Amino acid sequence: MSVLEVEDLCVALPAGGDRPRAVSKVSFAVGRGEILCLVGESGSGKSVIAQAVMGLLPRGLPVESGALRLLGEDLRRAAAARLRQLRATRMSMIFQEPMTALNPVMTCGAQIDEVLRFHTDLSRGQRAERTLAILREVALPEPGRIAASYPHQLSGGQRQRIMIAMALVLEPALLVADEPTTALDVTTQAQILRLILELQKKHGTGVLFITHDFGVVSELAHRVAVLRLGELVEIGARDEVLKRPRHEYTRMLIRAVPTLQPHGRAVPADAPIVLATRGLSKTYLARGWFGAHRAVRAVDGVTLEIRRGQTLGIVGESGSGKSTVARCIVRLIDPSGGEIRLGGDEIATMPARALRPLRRRVQIVFQDPYRSLNPRRTVGEAIIEGPLNYGVPRAEALERARRLTELVRMDPAALGRYPHQFSGGQRQRLCIARALAMEPELLVADEAVSALDVSVQSQVLQLLEEIRVRLDLAMLFITHDLRVAAQVCDQVAVMSGGRIVEYGAAEEVFLRPRHEYTRALFEAAPGRGFAFGTA
Amino acid sequence: MDAAALATESAAVPRHESAWRRARRNASVRLGGVVLALLVGVAIAAPWLGTVDPTLFDAGSRDLVPGKVGDITTLEGETIRHRFLMGSDSFGRDIYSRVIYGTRVSLSVGLLASLLALAFGIACGLGAGYVRWLDGVLMRFMDGLMAIPAILIAIALVALWHASLATVIVAIAIPEIPRVTRLVRSLVLSIREEPYVEAAVSLGTPTWRIMFGHILPNCVAPLIVQGTYICASAILLEAILSFLGVGLPPDIPTWGNIMAEGRVQFNEYPHNVFFPGVFLAVTVLAVNILGDGLRDTLDPKMAKRV
Repeated sequence: MSVLEVEDLCVALPAGGDRPRAVSKVSFAVGRGEILCLVGESGSGKSVIAQAVMGLLPRGLPVESGALRLLGEDLRRAAAARLRQLRATRMSMIFQEPMTALNPVMTCGAQIDEVLRFHTDLSRGQRAERTLAILREVALPEPGRIAASYPHQLSGGQRQRIMIAMALVLEPALLVADEPTTALDVTTQAQILRLILELQKKHGTGVLFITHDFGVVSELAHRVAVLRLGELVEIGARDEVLKRPRHEYTRMLIRAVPTLQPHGRAVPADAPIVLATRGLSKTYLARGWFGAHRAVRAVDGVTLEIRRGQTLGIVGESGSGKSTVARCIVRLIDPSGGEIRLGGDEIATMPARALRPLRRRVQIVFQDPYRSLNPRRTVGEAIIEGPLNYGVPRAEALERARRLTELVRMDPAALGRYPHQFSGGQRQRLCIARALAMEPELLVADEAVSALDVSVQSQVLQLLEEIRVRLDLAMLFITHDLRVAAQVCDQVAVMSGGRIVEYGAAEEVFLRPRHEYTRALFEAAPGRGFAFGTA
Repeated sequence: MDAAALATESAAVPRHESAWRRARRNASVRLGGVVLALLVGVAIAAPWLGTVDPTLFDAGSRDLVPGKVGDITTLEGETIRHRFLMGSDSFGRDIYSRVIYGTRVSLSVGLLASLLALAFGIACGLGAGYVRWLDGVLMRFMDGLMAIPAILIAIALVALWHASLATVIVAIAIPEIPRVTRLVRSLVLSIREEPYVEAAVSLGTPTWRIMFGHILPNCVAPLIVQGTYICASAILLEAILSFLGVGLPPDIPTWGNIMAEGRVQFNEYPHNVFFPGVFLAVTVLAVNILGDGLRDTLDPKMAKRV
């Protein structure tokens, strides 16, 4: 018998949404000991399905019709008290952001204990024993110390392990995991995925795993269900769906996943150097009340050079200092040491007034398309702001803006509209247009495609590549995503703990990594063994 | 990218309603707005609403109960018959006329005091949020100002100057400045970290244009909400000052003054206090309801929760 059966599930969207239903006629089943991956882009309704199963849908999204059965029991008929009981004992859920899912003022041990206290008759001693046992099972070191710690004292990966421990402590038949590794670094993600696989096999738990990442799917899934705008497009065994997708949409998604194979494009070695740093460092001083200083070396002795027409990628995990490097180069923050040479000028220590005329030559595109444009200004105003600052006449600036919107494949009518009228991908195009309006020599892309869905991401990457070739730009590409780096970079610098641990031609670094950390990073990339981008 | 993909991408954009349109549909905004509009109308049209000069008195028409008809002598010495809708006070002045004319004082005090507090608060807040060395000095000064009860500052300031409409407004506005400064400073500190502000920096936009072109426009919604609350408390504070006899001179008809004069005979003639009290309560309530409605619709964090 299946652990979970979902039959013709329909969930309504409130009036005024972009479609009448969040989820429309979706049917699937999760068997005992089976991992079903629900894949889809943002807005596909995958999280809504998870919430419907758990009975956690917000008031505005009622289940319209269909059946939800957990071990044969109808969840839609279950009373609130019964659902509460089922939620810990038969089914449980883990979330994307463990920091907000855990109570910050309770120790981790107490939170696991609470689950046991409400749902079992175990004595205090037995509960403590069970808590330590489950912490050991999720492979946390020193379970005793961890149980006594508060969530903020643990790392992201450890917190997610606590969530998993809490979810599995009563051995539920079904585990619902909603993007549980999306907020984690790639090496931590690999460990958590391995842990989920291990525990699931050991306890025979059925897992409904929600993700947008086909790499994760290929590592984990037994079966895959693909969602698009609330409808189930395709469902089948993993290899079936990934290798021989039947539906056009699935094929498009899989094609959009960048490969880990670096492209072998040669940049002429005599191209002029646009920007070079030497020994660049940034130290943050945490000043105490009594003069006690604590120095944090965010960037430590980074030496790079970028030539015209070249794309240099900086890859690394969160906290590696890669974004700090970018922000120093654009001089959004002042470096604490080292040199930055832009052409013939040394800009690392240049005072703001002298720097202003040079700012035009280095432009940046940020990660979050929703916060990169001033919500109270039209897109046109945003794009011409820079040229106007440098004395370009308004009419000419507008003409340039019109040309650039076409270059980034948008309708020039967009110039009169406000940012909220555009999707994330469109906004990112407009941000690129805004940066290009300055006619820069170096374009810095700080995780510029990380917040985008995979299909949109591949379009923006393609656009960036086109622009780089057409304008013969130098590009500094900051990313945590090795696949993205492989697709766009000519040169790659791998950063860890504020230092560059490996730096060289993309082909060299990707195919013959020398440093231990680089190797570990590539090991951890999900779906390594799968040839994406070719289907 | 092909046309089909472009089409699907734009189709996925959620319908976004402008905050102002949302605000106009909000029941609280409508209720507060309509009541306030009526009061403004009353204040403007005061001379044509069957009132007499609110400072006229007639010894023969003292302490009339509401609805009574009595005589009142104009400055030219002419005696006219007048229906005292809300009665008269112990000088024989028409309470109705005084209350209606008092609306002018209260509304202008509320509006001008909040505008004044906002103007100074915005200036100080921008300075504190943007100029690092100014921050400590300015904010400690504001902390000091906040440590003294608003009413004490206002009384002290009015006592220092001579009491007039302008001095009362300034005296009421000054204790409100620290709160606006704090709000603006915190908004500036968070907005200046937004990527669009950083983008403007890298586009070479001068600092003053970033302040007034990018940061300030994004502070407008919370400032409007804060402004309504200041307006309500300024109206109350003016009434309190007048009631205590330290506000506007007693010959100017304000709700506080009317209540102060009526207080002595409250047991025999409660209407002296009742009518201005009702107007005061309704006005403050309307302003606060409007403020709540605006907060719910203009504040993006609140809007998301709906």
